[in-house]
This record gives sequence, structure tokens and C-alpha cells, in this order.
Amino acid sequence: MSKSEVDAGDSVHPGKPVIVDRYTLPARINHWITAISLVLLALSGLALFTPALYFLTGLFGGGQLTRIIHPWIGVVLFVSFLGLFFRFFRLNLWEKTDSVWMSRLRDVLAGDENKLPEVGKYNAGQKMVFWSMSLFILVLITSGVVIWDQYFGNYFTIEQKRIAVLIHSATAIVAICVWIVHVYAAIWVRGTIGAMTRGKVTGGWAWRHHRRWLKELVTGKN
Amino acid sequence: MTNSWTDIKNADVIWIMGGNAAEAHPCGFKWVTEAKAERGAKLMVVDPRFNRSAAVADHYAPIRSGSDITFLSGVINYLLTNDKIHKEYVRNYTNAAFIVRDDFEFNEGLFSGYDESKRSYDRSTWEYKFGDDGFALRDMTLQDPRCVFQLMKKHFAQYTPELVERVSGTPKDKFLKVADWVASTANGERAMTIMYALGWTQHSHGAQNIRCAAMIQLLCGNIGIPGGGVNALRGHSNVQGITDVGTLTAAIPGYLALPTEQEPTLESHLAKRTFKPLTPNQTSYWQNYRKFYVSFLKTQFGANATKENEFGYNYLPKLDGIYDCIKMFDLMHQGKTNGLLCQGFNPLMAIPNTNKSREALSKLKFLVSMDPIETDTARFWENHGEFNNIDPAKVQTEVFMLPVTSFAEEEGSVTNSSRVIQWKWKAADPYFESRTDIDILADLFVRMRKMYEKDGGKGKEALLAVDWSYKDPLHPSVDELQTELNGKALTDLKDAEGKVVRAAGQRLASFGEMRDDGSTDGCMWIYTGFYGPTGNMAQRRDNSDPSGLGVYGNWGFSWPANRRIQYNRASADPDGKPWSEAKKYMYWNGERWTGPDVPDYVPTIPPDRAVGPFIMNAEGVSRLWVRGLMADGPFPVHMEPFESPVGNLVFPKLKGNPVARVFKGDLEALGTSKDFPIVGTTYRLTEHFHYWTKAVHANAVMQPEFFVEMSEELAKEKGIKHGQQVRVWSKRGEVKGKAVVTKRLKPFKIDGKTVHEVGLPLNFGFIGETKKASPINGLTSAIGDSNSQTPEYKAFLVNVEPIAGPVA
Amino acid sequence: MFTPVPNPTTSPVAAKFGQQDLIRRSASSITPPAKRQTEVAKLIDVSKCIGCKACQVACLEWNNLTEEVGVNVGVYDNPHDLTANTWTLMRYTEYENAESGNLEWLIRKDGCMHCEDPGCLKACPAPGAIVQYSNGIVDFDHDKCIGCGYCIKGCPFNIPRISQVDQKAYKCSLCSDRIAVGQGPACQKACPTQAIVFGTKDEMKQWADHRIKDLKSRGFKNAGLYDPPGVGGTHVMYVLQHVDKPQIYAGLPNNPSISPLVEVWKGVTKYVGLAAIGAFAAFGFLHHALAGANRVTEEDEENAERLTEGRR
Repeated sequence: MSKSEVDAGDSVHPGKPVIVDRYTLPARINHWITAISLVLLALSGLALFTPALYFLTGLFGGGQLTRIIHPWIGVVLFVSFLGLFFRFFRLNLWEKTDSVWMSRLRDVLAGDENKLPEVGKYNAGQKMVFWSMSLFILVLITSGVVIWDQYFGNYFTIEQKRIAVLIHSATAIVAICVWIVHVYAAIWVRGTIGAMTRGKVTGGWAWRHHRRWLKELVTGKN
Repeated sequence: MTNSWTDIKNADVIWIMGGNAAEAHPCGFKWVTEAKAERGAKLMVVDPRFNRSAAVADHYAPIRSGSDITFLSGVINYLLTNDKIHKEYVRNYTNAAFIVRDDFEFNEGLFSGYDESKRSYDRSTWEYKFGDDGFALRDMTLQDPRCVFQLMKKHFAQYTPELVERVSGTPKDKFLKVADWVASTANGERAMTIMYALGWTQHSHGAQNIRCAAMIQLLCGNIGIPGGGVNALRGHSNVQGITDVGTLTAAIPGYLALPTEQEPTLESHLAKRTFKPLTPNQTSYWQNYRKFYVSFLKTQFGANATKENEFGYNYLPKLDGIYDCIKMFDLMHQGKTNGLLCQGFNPLMAIPNTNKSREALSKLKFLVSMDPIETDTARFWENHGEFNNIDPAKVQTEVFMLPVTSFAEEEGSVTNSSRVIQWKWKAADPYFESRTDIDILADLFVRMRKMYEKDGGKGKEALLAVDWSYKDPLHPSVDELQTELNGKALTDLKDAEGKVVRAAGQRLASFGEMRDDGSTDGCMWIYTGFYGPTGNMAQRRDNSDPSGLGVYGNWGFSWPANRRIQYNRASADPDGKPWSEAKKYMYWNGERWTGPDVPDYVPTIPPDRAVGPFIMNAEGVSRLWVRGLMADGPFPVHMEPFESPVGNLVFPKLKGNPVARVFKGDLEALGTSKDFPIVGTTYRLTEHFHYWTKAVHANAVMQPEFFVEMSEELAKEKGIKHGQQVRVWSKRGEVKGKAVVTKRLKPFKIDGKTVHEVGLPLNFGFIGETKKASPINGLTSAIGDSNSQTPEYKAFLVNVEPIAGPVA
Repeated sequence: MFTPVPNPTTSPVAAKFGQQDLIRRSASSITPPAKRQTEVAKLIDVSKCIGCKACQVACLEWNNLTEEVGVNVGVYDNPHDLTANTWTLMRYTEYENAESGNLEWLIRKDGCMHCEDPGCLKACPAPGAIVQYSNGIVDFDHDKCIGCGYCIKGCPFNIPRISQVDQKAYKCSLCSDRIAVGQGPACQKACPTQAIVFGTKDEMKQWADHRIKDLKSRGFKNAGLYDPPGVGGTHVMYVLQHVDKPQIYAGLPNNPSISPLVEVWKGVTKYVGLAAIGAFAAFGFLHHALAGANRVTEEDEENAERLTEGRR
């Protein structure tokens, strides 16, 4: 293992408990812009996706406004996510141990982390969320542009738009599912949310879930 | 129209040539689709372009613009040589049997009596041979070599299908199919209607085109029968009405003539027109001309028209020539005219040789434009770049624009091509300051009369003699004006037994009641009865058709005498029996002529009196050979347009119509086929109504911009791309527009040579909602037909080139 | 002559159909009326059409639409395509019939076909923005339209257009306002040659038969009625000289149906998608209930403290 698992801004503050800085303020702002955008997109998108949820347009001031706002939020999300991507992609690169981690999903779900390889800043699950979201957002923005008739209506054929709208909605569904995993994981693994709110986790949390990361932070070597 | 729009549904064959009914007359065209759909009628279209009429036709044959006489003569020859004529009809109802004078001759395209220096014919030899009894000689066997029938056979023999192909560019098989379908109606069982419009009239030989059509229909026995006729489709709503009421420059209302300088007295005028019958027993209805004329004079001059002053005959101007609008513009151009009053007219656009028109307008002191819309003419002084290139600083003409109500803002009548006078009610109040034409003219008249009363002037007597006794001189009412048109009894009218048939002041029921002693008035005999004692017949809206033959006798009023099909006596054989059950129309029931229509005949004259069905003609029959009635010959002759891509292939000596009207400078402004190898023709688009609707947004949306239609072959030859800007120019001017490259135009093979034709829609100009365009008549020549003076708009020479410009 | 719809009375007339007659409503489930109204149809007889565009103007006038004055691009078609203001458009095709050797100028009036199975309605996400009356008319309710353009993707005929002004979708309404009071559509009223007729769908089919017989007698052996079954039939039908080749009429679809992509998008995707989202959420709950929270233990904290002690 040669790659450093530490990001700029990560640091350890010994004490009782130990406090570890996990995310800088800019990273957290970036995340939450992305997160809010994604939630709004999911809500507005679902409203247009299925009549059962059309009432959600009420959140955006009605159907017309929902239709107008949704793609613009998409643009915000895309730009914002781009920031996250460049911030996080290095530590999300896949490693051999990630595959081992993945192959022991049962232990993961059971919370039996001692049976798993020591994890760096991100575990394989987080990495998968990262990469799948990267891919999905790229697909969504691309297909979204194709069906953004107000500005791009003349550049694509109807058949292309049909394909795009199908891809857009299918991808969005999968993305929402991944998002559910992401959010659930953050809730289930207690102590996680603080990482994105205050930017800090406890040493115990880091020890338990990202031991290799903590070790490197402490020892300065991996 | 000899027949009516609704009668077209009775046709078995419909022939559209010299017109484009589907595009120029879409509403009337419904009767064509009706005949096709319900009767199985066949529609054929002969036109230089595969147009929107051709789009719904069963057969289309192309023809080079200006070569119609050859094509039609080819059909006449086909009928004669194949003996496909309705013999009994031809024998009894045409002048085929009449013997022609021995000194009447035809040589190399010219008839006897031609004077080249005067460009006119001495027509004295164009006459029948008369017997000692004063009646014309006839040979009812049609064998006499000098009878019209035999002369005709000889005259048309050379117009073979091969010649038609060589001159007109119509492939032989396509021509023969037309001829064959025409022939299929020469039997009294089937009928053919011919629909034409300005595609025939707007040639230097336009009247002869229509002669040909009349002859074909007479040979087939298609005149006077349901589904037949030679049907002129009028191009403006109420243009029929406008010609009826006498806006023709040599006519007074009802197609009576204005006096000429050679007719100093009423009697001298009448003598030339009160035709005596040329064969025994004939009606020769023009014997009543005097009654109509005197009634007209009584309306015009009222109490000032007395027996002593020849009913005011001398108040009428005496013509020393023809004063049509082309002549007027020529006079303006010569600086001989001070002012022009344009009422519903846009002559800058309508008259040929726009550059000359623009110069002519610039020489006026004043121009008045009375119109509901702003016309290009009213703005002739304004510079619109290449579209109307003029320096306003150099124009001294004062222009007055008088806004006039549109048709929907006033009540009145409209006469359609079927001669049916229909009432329209006012639908909206006049817009802003606009006034009706009647009010404007009345105001003008009253003011001018006051000035004359005060200051005097040329023609004062006549002007002051005019009867203007309207209740309100500034606002003559519709009732008053209609009464004038219709006519009324001025004293109690009594019959031979002294019984009063029409009390003084009562309106007349028919022109049969008119008298020549000044006891009736009525300024338009043909309309008499439309506002008769029972009221306004034009308002009738009964759409019942008891015979099922499209005879809506109680809808409006069809002049004359509410007759729907003219010459309808000819629908029965000489014994008064219908030619066939299929075409049963007017027939003798043993006591009188009966049928769904008003007989064009004295209803009680029995067949054995042998009174011909063409009662207006002194012969009692129709004319295949027209004596001296036409300026350019009693038979049609192939004449090329003045600008033609080829010489006259039939009569090489003829250069255009030898007696066509040519003004000074006209011949010099003609291009040659060397510099201008392409035939140009103009026409309307269905999306627009002449030069008017370019002012209407919705119409402009439908056809927004001037274009030039051309074949794919020509486009390839000239390197022109679809939708590219092109320049079209003639010896007289140029226009620019988008190229519509189409399969619907194909090059012609004329005498072995490829001849291209381009189509130029005329509806665009520099004022209005459509994209600006140069007036199309910048290209055309003013040379006019020898009979009607109509300019040759439909065939001229141009050249075409692609130019840089917005490519669509 | 097909008996024309008589002129209207001048007194007000109650509407013949309304909300109670809806059989489909976009993005809503409704109970259709027990009895369907007689299905109506407009029959466009291409063989009688003279391409005068009176229908186009009548449509603009009746619906109070204003179209822009365009330019000529080398064809007679103006405007060049349907727009939010041009709900009907004459399309001209020059067709060289190889069989007869004749040129044919095919002029087709394009516009909404009022499908029995309307793809636009299927695709529409806004409840009630697109409705189908039981007489077959498919109508847009612009107050409810959100301008998403899904109808365009749903339509097999490429008809609806989004306005660049109010961003709402527009198309022919079959003059539902006129038909509701016993009138025919404005285009039909304006058509001079009865190339457009209007009546019940059965009447129109019968009339079409009559026309097809005439066309066959004139040598058009493939004349027929265009009432494509792929969309359950339409309430605007064509009489075509060559019903075997509808595509020669400016691209009239050969055998139109709602695109399978749209069917998948509006069908299986919707249900599978919602189910997947539901399943993932349910899994979370279930997992949490069974496995409990993954908490950091005291031991973990101590381990961390121990690890960091060396650095102190």
C-alpha cells in the first residue's frame, strides 16, 4: 500500500474522546448543496415521473414551475457534484482490499467489522456510491439536456428524446436507490452524520470504520 | 359564364385551360369536385405548369404559354377529321351552313383586307353571301365549298397532332387524350364544360383563344346544355358586376356602346346596332337595342332627356378612340393627363411595364387613391430600394388617399361569374374615417357641379344635365340606385289593348317592358327585374333545386331575366325534344318551352317556326365564323406572342398578332430569344387575392414571399439551388425572388429545341405584410389584344440567373 | 355531396359533452361514463384537396392564433412546420408514380389525428392537461399543461408543439368548442371542395368507401382509408390514393403506434421504479429493525485514544 489515505484537512485531535476532522467546511458546503439539489431533483423528478406523486409539484409552486426548476437544479447538482468529484475521487479509487470487503457483505451488514480488512478513508460501499453517483449524474445531465426542450428542443430528434427520457428516468430511479443506501448507511452507522455536519467524528468511529485512515492520520504513514 | 357554377356538377368532362380554377376560384371549384365525385366526371387540365388544378385532375397535358390557338385548333381539326361532331347541332344551331363571300380569303396567316401600314383589316369581305331576299344564303347539306363548314375544314386541316407537339410542346399522346375526351361529348348524351380565365385572355391574341373554345363547344353541341358552356371565371368578387355596370371604357351599362365620333345622332348610333335578322323568322333580339338605350338615357338625364333632344344623346361623350387603362397611362406618360382617380385599383402593380407606369404617375398633378387598404400605387413616390426605386424629391404629384369602406362594411350586391346577383348585408361599421364609394363619389359630384355652376367649364352642359335627384344628394340610397339600375315606368304603360300593365312609378319586372319613347327608364337593361315590383330578388336565399340539376332559380337573381343557362333552347333538338334524357333541360311540351330554367327564347314560339336558339344573333344561330365581328379574323390563326422563343412555325410571316394594339416604344422594348431564351408567365396564388391580401397578415403567413418556379432541368443548367435567390429579367425590367425548383414544370421541346418556362406569381409588392418584392409587371409588355386591348401578361421572354442572397 | 353541418342558431346552445364524458384523463385514473357518446371523426380526402390552405387560415381565425410571416424556402409549405400557432399545415409532395408515369402532387393536411389510444395523453404527467372525450376528441387543457413536452415524445405523428411564449403544448383541438354546440370543425367549414368532411366515425367510414370506389375507378387500385389500428384507429382519417404507401404523403407513418420506448417509460419503468425505491427504503427499515444501529463502542474509543496517545 503506497497511496495515502489522508485528505488535506484531515487531522486528529487527541483527547477524550479523540476527535478526528474528516471533512473541511468547503467540502461540507459542497456536499450539502449537492445533497439538497439531489433531494429537490428527486422530489420534482418523481412528481413528473408518476401521477401518484404529482402533488409534489406543490412544493415547487405548481407543475409549470416544477418543470422549469428541475433542469436548473440539475445544472446546480452537476456543477456541485463536479466539485465533490474532484475533491473525493482520489481516495475513492478502487483497491484490492475493497473487493475483499465487498465479498464479505454479510459481515458488513451484520456490523461485524473486525472480520473485514481495515478500511481507509472510504470503504468499498462508499466508493461504490461515489462512482455510481458519478456515472448516474453524468448520464442524467446528458439525457436531461436532450429532453430540456425549452433550450435544446431543436437539437435532437423525437426518437433521441424518447430514448433519453427513458434513460433519464431509469437512471434517476437507480440513483435514488443508491441515495437511499447512502442515507441509510449514514443513519445506521451512528456517528456518521456528524462528519458532514460538524466535519468531525470521534476517534472510536474512525477506529471502528476507517481504521487504516485513522492509523495513517496518527502515524503519518500507511 | 354561359352556364353557372352550380351547373358544372352536370358535366361529364371538365376541361380547364387558360385558367387555374382550383387556385384562383377554389370556392367555385367545389362543383368540379362534385362532378368528379358524384358523376364520375373526368377532369383534364392543360397548362404550362402542373398546378393545383392539375393536382386533382385525371389528365394533365403541358403546353407552352402563348400557343393555345394551335392546341385548340388541333382539337378542332381532330373533331372535324374524325367526324366527332354533334352534326344536327352544328347544322341547325351554328352558321356552318352559311355561304361566305367569294372574295373572302385566307393566305399565309392573313385574311383578305389587311393593311400593314395601319396594322388593321378592312373587314368588308368577311361577310356572308346574301340572296335577293336580303337573307344570307345557306347550304344545309354543308357541302358547298364556300360554306362555313367546308372553309373550316380547310382552315384547320394543317393543325395535326404532330404540329401541336412541334408548336405547343404537348406530347402527342397527351394531346390526343384531351382531343379524345373532348370528342366523347360530341353527341348530346354527354357534356363538357370549359373553364378558363386570364390564362387565355391575357395574350395579344386572347380573344381568339376563347373563339377556339366556343367553336369546339359548338362542334360538340355543348352550348346551352347542362354541364356545358364556355365558362369565363371572373377573377375578383363582383368583377362581373363591375363590367356589367359599364366600367368597360367603350361601353355604357349593360354592354351597350358609348357613342363614337362617327355617330353624331342617336339614330346614327342605333342604326349600326339594331341588327335586322339575317335569315327568316329570327328574333335578333338586338332589335330592342333602342329601348334599352333610351331607357338608359332617361335614367342618366331624367327630365333633361326628351324626344326633342334625342333623350340627351348629345350629352354623352363621343369616343375618338379607346381609353382603357393602358392608354390612360400612355397619355399620362406623354404628359397629357393631369389627374388620376384610382377607385379600388392598384395600377402600378396591375399594368404592364412598371417603370413606365411609375414615370407616368410622376408626371401627374394629382393622384387620388380610393381604397380600403394602402396600395402600392398610392405609395409610388416612396423609395423602397430596389423594389420601388424612385427619388421622392423629384415627384411633384400630390397624392390623396381616401379610405373607403370594405365590402363587409356596407350593404349592396355582388355579381358572381354565374351572373348571379347576390345581396350582402352590412356586417360591421366602417372603420375609422372611411366612407362608402357612393358617398365619396356623390360628394365629389355635388362639389364639382357647384363649381361648374359657378365658374362654368368644358362639358358644363352635360354635367348639369345629369339627373341627380336623390333625396339626399350627398348620400344616394341603395334603394334609389337600385331602382335606377332596374328601371321603372315613368308614365302608365299600356298594352296594345290599352290596359295598364305597369303604373307610373312602378319598377319594371323585366327588360321586355322597356320602351323607346321615353316612358321608361332603367340604366342597365340586363339587370332589369332584379329589383322589380316584388322587391329585391338579389336577397333571395332559397337553396332548393327541384330539378336536381343545380338550378337554384330562387337564389339571388341571374341576369338576364333570372336565366341560369344561356342559349338553353339549344338543349333541345330542332323539334323541341331533348337531345337525350341525360341532358333534358328546356324543351317544348306542345304548348310552351318548359324546364327548370327561364327559357332563353320566346316561351310560346313553337319549334316549327324554326326560330334559332341564339336569339341575340341576327343569324338566329351561333357563329363558327364570326364575320367582321373580331378585329383579327373570322377564324382563329396561330399567332405567336410578341415575345416568343421561336418564330411562327405555322405562318412564318406573322410576327405576333398583325392587328394587335402597339404603342410607340412597345416594339422597341421587346426582347429577342437570343438574349432572353426563357418563357415567362405570371399567375396568382390561391393563398392571395391579387394585390390585396398581401396587406392581410394571415394570407401573408400562407405565402410570405415572391418566388420563381422553374424546372429541375433549368435549375441544373443555371446552377440554381432549391430556395436560392435568383434574378429574372426581361428587356423591360427585373425581379428577384427565391427559386422553387419543381418537377411540376418541365422543359418543352419546341421544333426540336429545348425551351424552358418559368412561373412568376404576381401577388407580391412593396407595400403590405408579405416580404417586399418588385412589381412583377416590371417584366411584362403593354402590347394588347386587338379586340380587348388586354396586355400580354401571360407570355413573354426573360432570362434567369442565380444571385447571392439569403439562401433559405 | 356530403350533407354539410347546418349553420348554427344564434341563440346559446348547451354543450353536448363535457367533463362527465371523459374516457381518459392524463395522469389520473377516472371512471369512464357508462355509455360512450357516438364517436366523431374528420375525414380528409387527399384526392379532393386543392391545397388552398383555407383550412389553415380558418384554424388561425377560429382559434385566434397569430402566426409569424415567414419566408419562402423553395416550397409551397408555409409555415414550414407545425408550430404552437399552426395547428394544421398543408404538406406538399411531388411524387412521380413510376407505375402510371404520371406526376402526382400529393397535398396532405397535417395535424392531430385524435388517436383512440393517444400517446400524448399516455405520456403526459400533468393530471387533466390532456383529456379524451368519449366521442374520441383528444383535447389539451392549457391551464393544466406544464410544458414538459412529454406529449411530443408520446405522439406517434409528431404533432404537439411547445409555445416559445408560454411554454405550453398546442395542437388541433378538433374544434371541440364548435363540436360541443353541433358545429363541424372550422377547417371543415372552410374547405371549399369537401376534401374535409365531418360526422360520426361510422358515417366517415361509409363516405370514405364511396370515395375509394371512385378513386379505384380512376385507376388508383391501392386507394384506401388511413385509420391506423396501431393507435386503435383515429378520429381524423385520410382517404389516400396510395394507402399502401402512406410515407409518400410527407412522411405519414406507415404503421404508427405509441413508441415502445414511451410504453416502457410510462409503463413498466413507473411501477418497477417505484417498487425499487420502496424496496430499498423497506430494506433499510428492516435491516435497522433486525440488525440495530451500528454504534461505536467504548472499546473503539479507547482503542482510538490508545492509538493517539503515542502522539501526545
